[in-house]
Amino acid sequence: MKFLRDTWLVFTRQMLLVWRTPARLVIGFVQPVAYLVLFAPLLKTALAPTGAQTYADAYRVYVPGLLVVLVLLSGFFAGFGLLGELRSGVIERSRVTPVSRTALILGRAFSEVVTLMGQAVVITVVALPFGLTVHLGWLMLAYLMLALMALMACALSYAMAMLIPSPAALGPLINSVSQPLSLLSGVLLPLSLAPGWLVAIAEWNPIYWTTNGTRSLFTGNPGDVSVWAGMLIVIALAALTVTWATRMFARQVR
Amino acid sequence: MIEVKGLRKSFTLGKRRKTRTVEAVRGVDLSVAEGEIFGFLGPNGAGKTTTARILCTLLEPDDGEAVIAGADLRKDPGAVRTKVGYVPQGGTTTDEVTAREELVLQARMYGIGKAEAIERAEQALAAFELTEFADRQCRTYSGGQRRRVDIAMGIIHEPKVLFLDEPTTGLDPQSRAHLWDEVRRLRDAGMTVFLTTHYLEEADALCDRIAIIDHGEIVALGTPTELKHGVAGDVVTVGLNGSGPKAAELLDGHDYVRKLELGEDGLRLYVDDGTTAMPQIMRVLDAGEIHFDTVELHRPSLDDVFLIKTGRSLRDK
Repeated sequence: MKFLRDTWLVFTRQMLLVWRTPARLVIGFVQPVAYLVLFAPLLKTALAPTGAQTYADAYRVYVPGLLVVLVLLSGFFAGFGLLGELRSGVIERSRVTPVSRTALILGRAFSEVVTLMGQAVVITVVALPFGLTVHLGWLMLAYLMLALMALMACALSYAMAMLIPSPAALGPLINSVSQPLSLLSGVLLPLSLAPGWLVAIAEWNPIYWTTNGTRSLFTGNPGDVSVWAGMLIVIALAALTVTWATRMFARQVR
Repeated sequence: MIEVKGLRKSFTLGKRRKTRTVEAVRGVDLSVAEGEIFGFLGPNGAGKTTTARILCTLLEPDDGEAVIAGADLRKDPGAVRTKVGYVPQGGTTTDEVTAREELVLQARMYGIGKAEAIERAEQALAAFELTEFADRQCRTYSGGQRRRVDIAMGIIHEPKVLFLDEPTTGLDPQSRAHLWDEVRRLRDAGMTVFLTTHYLEEADALCDRIAIIDHGEIVALGTPTELKHGVAGDVVTVGLNGSGPKAAELLDGHDYVRKLELGEDGLRLYVDDGTTAMPQIMRVLDAGEIHFDTVELHRPSLDDVFLIKTGRSLRDK
């Protein structure tokens, strides 16, 4: 109970900070919305080989990819926030209290996830007038998958930040992890357009499965193998990274 | 209230082959009584902050033992946490939230229920004269106001011991004096205060007892008065108009005069306590009908203590 209560305390404080710094929120979805408005219209033609006939078809393929990029990349940068808070003494102030150590990091991760999901909902809503249509139940399942991806990215980023506690070195490290992961997952264009060798490599990338899973849910194919495979993979990865990050946090900061 | 024995902590700096070990704390022993303001005085890098952070459970010591308010630091850090408050150097207020929100959160982090936390925050705001700005974001506060919020956060759970790390660094003289009053008030209410400082005036004016620390070791320990008297007595310098040798003859042999020296600036008398020696000296000179221009009293400062114990002056830092 204490652990849940402490996590809630940390979470609500972090959410308050998000609420009080709206600039961060706005910047967070200006870019995805720009892609949605300025890039996605090209896709009807580009995706024609995959069977896309209408803008709605194109957006059902593109929007989930965009959301995956949003949660992954923003999640991966959560480590910088943690580093800042470790340096400024904000976390130290909590550490002198008997508050649960796991709560200190989980509460933060959850607030990142909730913020990202808020942005994801806004982006989905913005895409509706462009012709996106999606089944509500499958959409909720897709959001769950995205939330787990966000949690995984966040936890991984926290762990990396504790491993390499220098913002100058952390940036390149995060980039070198996130770039191949997103390129090899077909977030911009589905890898069904890709040559066989590329798909063969991508199949080793867990994000490939979760991206395809999210996309299948948006396009109304919940029975696709990528949905349950992606879900299992992301649950396992989220559990793994969260355990890693909380252990490292508890060990490093006592 | 605080018992420390043989506390040690070293850090490894640098990477791979170029590492070097810095012994930040090298065997510190100290004992702080309940209800005193105990000062840890030393230059930057002397090990003050490291010691304070170890005692607040933020760092694990390499060796040594400490019992704080009855709780064993190594065996039960959780119990120590509930009994100590810590105000780190530089403060920890967040720009975007209000003092009230900070205080309520900090109280709740200590496991205090919501209603009680709100009540305590209200009291702390009043006690530290913060009620007026309680609902303004911390970004709008002055340095002194922020420091008061920091200290209010440090005592929100009514700890037995409060650790203050360089509490007045960066404050203007008025805020500093105000803060000293706050610290004295806490002591008078029964709290034990452990503070680190590199300001001589602060150690002298505020602390009941002082440990002088240099290179991770305590080099002197006592009340400010004891420390100052321990190094040398007071010096009374009498400005004389050519009648120096005669005055020296008259004053030599009085039991309150430890040593005298005839110099260019006059007669220098080394005494134990200048305030009682001065009238006696003046009476002797009057009786001997010796005309003197000035009488000056120099009492040793903590800087003299530091100089004698370490060979360096704290002021030059």
